Amino acid sequence: MSTRILAAAHAGLVSCRTCGLLVRPVTPTHVGHCPRCDERLSWRHEHAIQRTWALLIAAAILYLPANILPVLTTNTLVSSQSDTIISGVIYLYASGSWPLALIVLIASVMIPLGKIMALAFVLISVRLRSATSNRQRTRLFRTVEFIGRWSMLDVFVDTFVVALVQVAPLMSVDPGPGVVYFMAVVVLTMFAAQSFDSRLIWDAAHARQDRNGH
Amino acid sequence: MESTACRGCDLLQRIPPLPPGGKARCGRCGQLLAARAADPLDRPLALTLAAAVALVVANAWPMMGLSVAGREASTTLIGGAYRMWMQGSEITAVIVAFCAVFAPAAYVALLLCVLAMIRRPPAPRWVGTLMRWADHLRPWSMNEVLLLGMLVALTKIAQLATVIPGIAMYAIGALVVLLPAIMSTFDSREVWKRIAWATRSVPDGPAIEGNDR
Repeated sequence: MSTRILAAAHAGLVSCRTCGLLVRPVTPTHVGHCPRCDERLSWRHEHAIQRTWALLIAAAILYLPANILPVLTTNTLVSSQSDTIISGVIYLYASGSWPLALIVLIASVMIPLGKIMALAFVLISVRLRSATSNRQRTRLFRTVEFIGRWSMLDVFVDTFVVALVQVAPLMSVDPGPGVVYFMAVVVLTMFAAQSFDSRLIWDAAHARQDRNGH
Repeated sequence: MESTACRGCDLLQRIPPLPPGGKARCGRCGQLLAARAADPLDRPLALTLAAAVALVVANAWPMMGLSVAGREASTTLIGGAYRMWMQGSEITAVIVAFCAVFAPAAYVALLLCVLAMIRRPPAPRWVGTLMRWADHLRPWSMNEVLLLGMLVALTKIAQLATVIPGIAMYAIGALVVLLPAIMSTFDSREVWKRIAWATRSVPDGPAIEGNDR
């Protein structure tokens, strides 16, 4: 066995993203389909960088209306009050349940923002062909992939508040326009994480190794 | 020994023979490469059947109820999404229904089908397609987020009225435990070994040599 670190792509092998089979394509430019599960093969996810940037920028733009527009409007006989995500958190905090306020704050405000920044950082570092702290960057990406779904929390909360309060007399809660934008942010960042390929983080290190002729 | 490329960093490496319950991680980036289940056939199937029962309960029974001034009302999971639709937030309703009802149900159904079919290898190749769909659906099945969301909603409404947690809520609690348990007993390498290849021309050839189509 050689001591050299070898990427599958360098050895002319593609691994199937669905079933993990290692395949040696006949022509490198046209890798075709996995012989075991028939998934389309590719050396790296197709247009990973462009797709991730596009989805990420869209999510960053929608993040603004998601936080400015109200997500819930509460109507009683005498008053009508609109709540944004932040004022919902403040309401939870003021009503004495600060642990829940903290959970919603983390899930709805910090996670989406953290995801957008983390993915942008990883994308820029790949662009700059950074070959340092690959392991940490991979771990960062994996964390983003893993926690992204938790941002849906507020959408579920709003849905069930709306559904239940309908039946209360003299009172109603309507969903605000902010919910749709907020959900779009969550869904777009989830797609962004899926379209990125963490193997790109490691390719720079392999390219450097080749240049040094090891 | 079986060669594999890490999904996370593309490092070529060999997976040593694993003891039952053993796991192999990538030596470079830490990605899980393989996990050998102690009992790859019966245990995940039993857990998936339990999850299917919990899913039926979660969707058929009321999730939470409300009682104000002698009036009582309750809502089911899909009823919540339906309300959202009636209030003019159709997109939200569709996504909530997808993440809370459709994705978990389809995921469990696909797993049931796969686990039933691989008991008599080789399973037909469409089982591989089902595996692929299940893989795509997994991130969108958000039971644990849903459970936390319901708890927060209950706390919010508790200020206004008396809330009653429904049976479905406990069923979703059970699902939150069952789905990760299925994943930890599920051995995808073993499953793929038991599925017929899509290409007939390489039935027993070395795993490394594929052919292009």
